[in-house]
Amino acid sequence: MTTVLTMAEIESKASSLGIDLSTIDFDSIVLPPGEDFGIKSDDEDILHEEEPPEFEAGYGNVIVVDNLPVVSPEKFAKLEGVVRKIYSQTGVIKEGGLWMPVNPETKMTLGYCFIEFNTAQEAKEAQEKTDGYKLDKSHIFVVNMFDDIEKYMNVPDEWTPAEIKPYEPGENLQHWLTDEKARDQFVIRAGTVTEIFWNDARQVRPDPVYQRQYWTDGFVQWSPLGTYLATVHRQGAAVWGGKSTFNRIHRFPHNQVKHIDFSPGERYLVTYSSQEPSNPRDTHRILLNIFDLRTGKLMRDFKGSVDDFTTGGTGGLSGISWPIFKWGGGKEDKYFARIGKNAIYVYETDTFILVDKKSYKVDNVVDFSWSPTDPIISLFVPELGGGNQPARVSLVQMPGKEELRQKNLFSVSDCKMYWQSNGEYLAVKVDRYTKTKKSTYTGFELFRIKERDIPIEVLELDNKNDKIIAFAWEPKGHRFAVIHGDGPRPDVSFYSMKTGGITNRVSKLTTLKAKQANALYWSPSGRYIILAGLKGFNGQLEFYNVDELETMSTGEHFMCTDIEWDPTGRYVATAVTSVHEMENGFHIWSFNGKLLYRIPKDHFFQFQWRPRPPSLLSPEKEEEISRNLRKYSKKYEVEDQDVSLALSEQDRKKRRAIQEEWETWTTRWKQYYEEERDIRMQLRDGEPSDDEGNQEEYEAKEVEAEEFLDVREEIVNFDQEQ
Amino acid sequence: MRPILMKGHERPLTFLKYNREGDLLFSCAKDHTPTVWFADDGQRLGTYRGHNGAVWCCDVSRDSTRLITGSADQTVKLWDVQTGTQLYSFNFNSPARSVDFSIGDKLVVITTDPFMGNPSTIQVKSIAPHPSDQTSDSVLTIKGPQGRINRSVWGPLNKTIISAGEDSVIRIWDSETGQLLKESDKESGHQKTISSLCMSADKSHFLTGSGDKSAKLWDSRTLTLLKTYVMDRPVNACAISPLLDHVVIGGGQDAVNVTMTDRRAGKFEAKFYHKILQDEIGGVKGHFGPINALAFNPDGRSFSSGGEDGYVRLHHFDPEYFSIRM
Repeated sequence: MTTVLTMAEIESKASSLGIDLSTIDFDSIVLPPGEDFGIKSDDEDILHEEEPPEFEAGYGNVIVVDNLPVVSPEKFAKLEGVVRKIYSQTGVIKEGGLWMPVNPETKMTLGYCFIEFNTAQEAKEAQEKTDGYKLDKSHIFVVNMFDDIEKYMNVPDEWTPAEIKPYEPGENLQHWLTDEKARDQFVIRAGTVTEIFWNDARQVRPDPVYQRQYWTDGFVQWSPLGTYLATVHRQGAAVWGGKSTFNRIHRFPHNQVKHIDFSPGERYLVTYSSQEPSNPRDTHRILLNIFDLRTGKLMRDFKGSVDDFTTGGTGGLSGISWPIFKWGGGKEDKYFARIGKNAIYVYETDTFILVDKKSYKVDNVVDFSWSPTDPIISLFVPELGGGNQPARVSLVQMPGKEELRQKNLFSVSDCKMYWQSNGEYLAVKVDRYTKTKKSTYTGFELFRIKERDIPIEVLELDNKNDKIIAFAWEPKGHRFAVIHGDGPRPDVSFYSMKTGGITNRVSKLTTLKAKQANALYWSPSGRYIILAGLKGFNGQLEFYNVDELETMSTGEHFMCTDIEWDPTGRYVATAVTSVHEMENGFHIWSFNGKLLYRIPKDHFFQFQWRPRPPSLLSPEKEEEISRNLRKYSKKYEVEDQDVSLALSEQDRKKRRAIQEEWETWTTRWKQYYEEERDIRMQLRDGEPSDDEGNQEEYEAKEVEAEEFLDVREEIVNFDQEQ
Repeated sequence: MRPILMKGHERPLTFLKYNREGDLLFSCAKDHTPTVWFADDGQRLGTYRGHNGAVWCCDVSRDSTRLITGSADQTVKLWDVQTGTQLYSFNFNSPARSVDFSIGDKLVVITTDPFMGNPSTIQVKSIAPHPSDQTSDSVLTIKGPQGRINRSVWGPLNKTIISAGEDSVIRIWDSETGQLLKESDKESGHQKTISSLCMSADKSHFLTGSGDKSAKLWDSRTLTLLKTYVMDRPVNACAISPLLDHVVIGGGQDAVNVTMTDRRAGKFEAKFYHKILQDEIGGVKGHFGPINALAFNPDGRSFSSGGEDGYVRLHHFDPEYFSIRM
């Protein structure tokens, strides 16, 4: 607290203390830094109160047009008209927004002008469109954003060598793989909180790793090898990773990013945003950025209207299907490709330009997909000319663009391509019209990619009219499962590509009749599959062993919307996400269908296992391990036992503690109860108040109660004479 | 054993109460007639006619002669249990939400809802030994808590009144002076409306159920939070077993959504929890609407539940129930 003294008071005080004020140098009095003894400096107040000046608007909507002709005042109006005409096409020029400076002496224009648009977006568009515009031979426009000019002005003339930062070892991004208990992680998003857990199946509960509120503005996504967790924000995407806490590794600026996609080898990140046109006649513009994931550098951007990125054919107005760019060439991320009108655009990641500098022309192509392991594209061209030109599926090798195999198909309504995860087989589901053209039936064309000449087999279901509800290859395997049927309870069939001696033939393994299933989820290690009845079937689950062709168990996760195997194939997560109002949360099952634990979470949005990179063991080594599994498993069995013993010991201890705590409460309560017995009795007017002890002692007494229902006097006549 | 379904009410049940001997069961519902049943076989003994609105709560005197009921018709009525005649009617200017006899049955604590600008109140009335001497004067009136007070009960020795309601805070009041003695902690306490409150037989602890999908056990002298039982749906009703260390908790999603969800999704089960270990023991299914009322028979060998569906379900426990090991 300070009290304000007048100068006279100070002087009197000073003289009473015997100090001559004129001998003191006031400037020499310095307060210790950071301490003002409660005395506010006048300057400070101003600093605090005065907010930084705010500009009404920046110069984001102003462009500078250079290389205009230098004209005399007579022609000034004409030039201004021309410029105005050019720039009115791209946007609305603000009133008085066109200013062409004039040399005050010669009255000639200076050869440049400023144009102010209504919005920065219009300015940007005008700048992009007219930069390099040829007015005539000697006047080619050079257009810049006004803001950029300032930026260029600030570039120092002298070149200074960039500072080389000393190398700092990065964090171990693979640390989670070194978990001693070999557990897997998963991320969940519920409400505003994103949480990462270990799936601790032994302890039958999740073990928290990290959690954060408002971590992402949209969704979260693991990278394909599990190294990073990506979040999306208004300003762009970010990836996180590290040892125990998730630190931000990189930011990828991209305004209003909507979708992201990693390349399979985790080398690149594709971000996508789209801009709805404010005016329905404008085009719907989209922007794609491809970043190098490790350096965070923008490698290439693609922008344009939606139409440029769709086939314009069957896709229709619905627009793009994500991902736009499909990655090919296996884990090296060598190629990426997108579909366009009558062409497939294949880019190389070495240069980020088109392979052979031109697109791959395929008339009317509507769909394509990469082999998961090889640079092979499969593509589908529908029927043309009312059936004169058959539909076809072809396999094309990149980068040579040579056609490896082609198959013509007749009276086709639609095709869908399914690659097996090792790229060994390709199944093409072909919907054909029946003769009447009123309905369709389905068959499969099965390509054996790794065999000589790529033989094709045709597979038709036993009942050709069955609708195909789902199809799935066994990961890394040779089998596939199909759900088919028309009725409310479809059948499930399993086929193998490896039967029939020397020449492999496809054959049916079994058909399971009348299943409540509409989705197939193979274990990532093959062999096991979940036949799931989602949506209409309310979450029926059947865990099936395809080796033994037997059902291991059935379960139900009521209303279940999502199912995901953990990357090792040991556990399965089933979740009800917020598409339903009730029941939100997830369950964790063992691979053989035993429910391990369930976690209810309101407003549950997302569940995702953290992927693992592929095993470094050679196939031979893996084979050997699975042969000698008993030897290895012994060690883990012992461990399991220890854990369960320790658990039960812990449990017992905890229970005892709880019980003891409870005992102390109850003894105290009993004590109170005894003490208060007399008072309670009084409150009840001396009635033996409490029941305990004499509860069973009451006797049943029969009480005869007489009740007069009616009293009536009647005169009874006696015959006295008798 | 198969439950006994008692269909005597035309509207959702609101409250259930056994008498001390456990041979009678009183039920209140949103229809206007509280009903008394034989607690053993579910026979209907009779009804108490006279209310003109939903009946929210009731209590029966220790000697089972007097029944008191609180209703939305802004009255609390005192009945002769045996004959069903109305002995007295306390009139209020807002709906009566809960009633509870004190030890000795000389006092009754009544809560009234906030209504037409009147705040919610807790009122204590004295009950005259003979109905003809009955007056409607309040011994004590407490005002203060915001929102509806869903339940108020007497604490040990009638010294305190414990109340809970919409503001999700439990309060202990001095029953002599009306002074606020204790308030439950906002952090550890309930996060949403407390819908029900149930005293243990010896009044040493009590259980509260809340819309925050949990039920909590409290010490009624110190207001210490003892246990929390977590459910996956809002709790409407709860009860403490007088025999075993069990509690039963019931609820369901809001009545608004009932018609739009599957019976399985609604989870209209009465769930049993171990009182001390807080573990779930099991559930009793059957209602096709949320459970609004639960009560244990004082002998602990049967319990009844009342649902939004208008049924009272009376369950006698199987012998296995008494040998559950945790």
